[in-house]
Amino acid sequence: MTKKKAGDIALYVLLIALVLLFLFPIAFVVVNSFKSKLFISSNPFGIPSGESFAKFGNYTEGIEKTNFFGAFGWSAFITVGSVVMILLFTSMTAWYITRVKSKVTSCLYYMFVFSMVVPFQMVMFTMSKMADTLHLNTPWGLIILYLGFGAGLSIFMFSGFVKSIPVDIEEAALIDGCNPIKMFFVIIVPILKPTVITVAILNTMWIWNDYLLPYLTIGLSTEYKTIPVVVQYLMGSYGAKDYGALMALLVLAIIPIIIFYLCCQKYIIKGVVAGAVKG
Amino acid sequence: MQKVLKKYFLVFTLPTLIAFAIAFVLPFVFGVYLSFCSFRTVSDTKWVGLDNYIKAFTVNKEFFNALIFTVKFAIVSLLSINVFAFLLSMVLTRGLKGTNLFRTVFFMPNLVGGIVLGYIWQCIINGVLSKFGTTLSYSSSYGYWGLIILMNWQMIGYMMVIYVAALQNVSPDLIDASKVDGANAFQRLRYITIPMVMPSITICTFLTLSNSFKLFDQNLALTAGMPAKQTEMLALNIYNTFYGRIGFEGVGQAKAVMFLILVAAIALIQLRFTRSKEVEA
Repeated sequence: MTKKKAGDIALYVLLIALVLLFLFPIAFVVVNSFKSKLFISSNPFGIPSGESFAKFGNYTEGIEKTNFFGAFGWSAFITVGSVVMILLFTSMTAWYITRVKSKVTSCLYYMFVFSMVVPFQMVMFTMSKMADTLHLNTPWGLIILYLGFGAGLSIFMFSGFVKSIPVDIEEAALIDGCNPIKMFFVIIVPILKPTVITVAILNTMWIWNDYLLPYLTIGLSTEYKTIPVVVQYLMGSYGAKDYGALMALLVLAIIPIIIFYLCCQKYIIKGVVAGAVKG
Repeated sequence: MQKVLKKYFLVFTLPTLIAFAIAFVLPFVFGVYLSFCSFRTVSDTKWVGLDNYIKAFTVNKEFFNALIFTVKFAIVSLLSINVFAFLLSMVLTRGLKGTNLFRTVFFMPNLVGGIVLGYIWQCIINGVLSKFGTTLSYSSSYGYWGLIILMNWQMIGYMMVIYVAALQNVSPDLIDASKVDGANAFQRLRYITIPMVMPSITICTFLTLSNSFKLFDQNLALTAGMPAKQTEMLALNIYNTFYGRIGFEGVGQAKAVMFLILVAAIALIQLRFTRSKEVEA
């Protein structure tokens, strides 16, 4: 055996060990979700069998206790709605403030960039009070809040890309009498496509998993809970904690993410790399 | 072109500007103002000057302790995540078969949300600790290392993906030339590879640092500050000051302003420091 081959085998052993280590937490939750409550704490690393095997008992309980499918629906609605609004409006704004140079537009650009650095805790209290006053404490209102709070990163990324597009095409179209709105959607949007995908993915990952914003604005009412809010609701409340239902809920919360990841893996990884280069 | 577009200012920007004003600009300005006020609700404010800023440190030591805990956490996770991610990306750019599969698995934890991640690890760590007759809430060092492990598990894949992309862009000619010149593997890493991927190191250190400082969900789900607020990080401390103690909303807002200044200052210093080490190819 050559020296290089031996090295490769050692690397494979290392990588496979790491893969197992990375998959272990997921496997742990899946296995425990099929164990009855008592055995989760007494024997957390055992395989469920015989009396410790709970079938789908934890799942039915977890779904009932938290109205999981309702939460899934609201999470999906808020995520999709917000991402669509962010893509549409921030791309328009970004293109405009990059192309039209004035004091107002450059001031706006710096405000958007600044908003990326500001931690959520800085505006959390005043923003949730504002949402209450303006009756934005509904899933529809939340979409507006996400558009506002997500605008910084999205505009930064879009305008970085717009700078690299030559102005000539746009000028020619305008001279030919095309109106700017039509020109934006017919000419600019197709060019922006790679950045659209990146911005969509970064925002989806953020909004789907976000806990504090939905909790503070709509989480306290009973109907519009999102998935992170119901998970925290199940565990954060005082009293006996139901680990069986929790395990089932964690599995249910992970499944849609894994499916989304396996479907769009190529775009997600590309999006992250592109986002990092711009960032 | 500028002239034609001037008329369309509101068409292109109005929806974003309204949302941005509601969600960010007004809450931000109002938040800064409220940090100098004593208030319960936003309508009964009373100007108290720097009182809230002083109270943040004098009423109890929680905020200061949270700051120390956060700094310790940020430094260790910054180093461990970036070192592991970089090593992993070097292994994955050697042209081994199945590289894509490995990359897929390592990146996956990043998509799981902080709350869900926190509870997964709480169950695992409590499961391990129960063998020794103890739990996560027994000692703050369990919570500390638990958070470090959790953050590593979540972030390594993300950083690895960025480093892999950077390493693939390092020109093989440079490496070959240095081999001809007799540079050994360590010298090639030190004098060729690392300087060439410095922009990615800037970004990854920036992302890990700011994520570590702003960490909230994972902290809330894994330990919720237990035992006795010893594992409370800055973001969670601010949250608890706002919503856990009546009459301290102003102090919470003052803490949030200081938190913002700290985060912004660290971001600026870090970017300046690593940018200065970047080279042109």
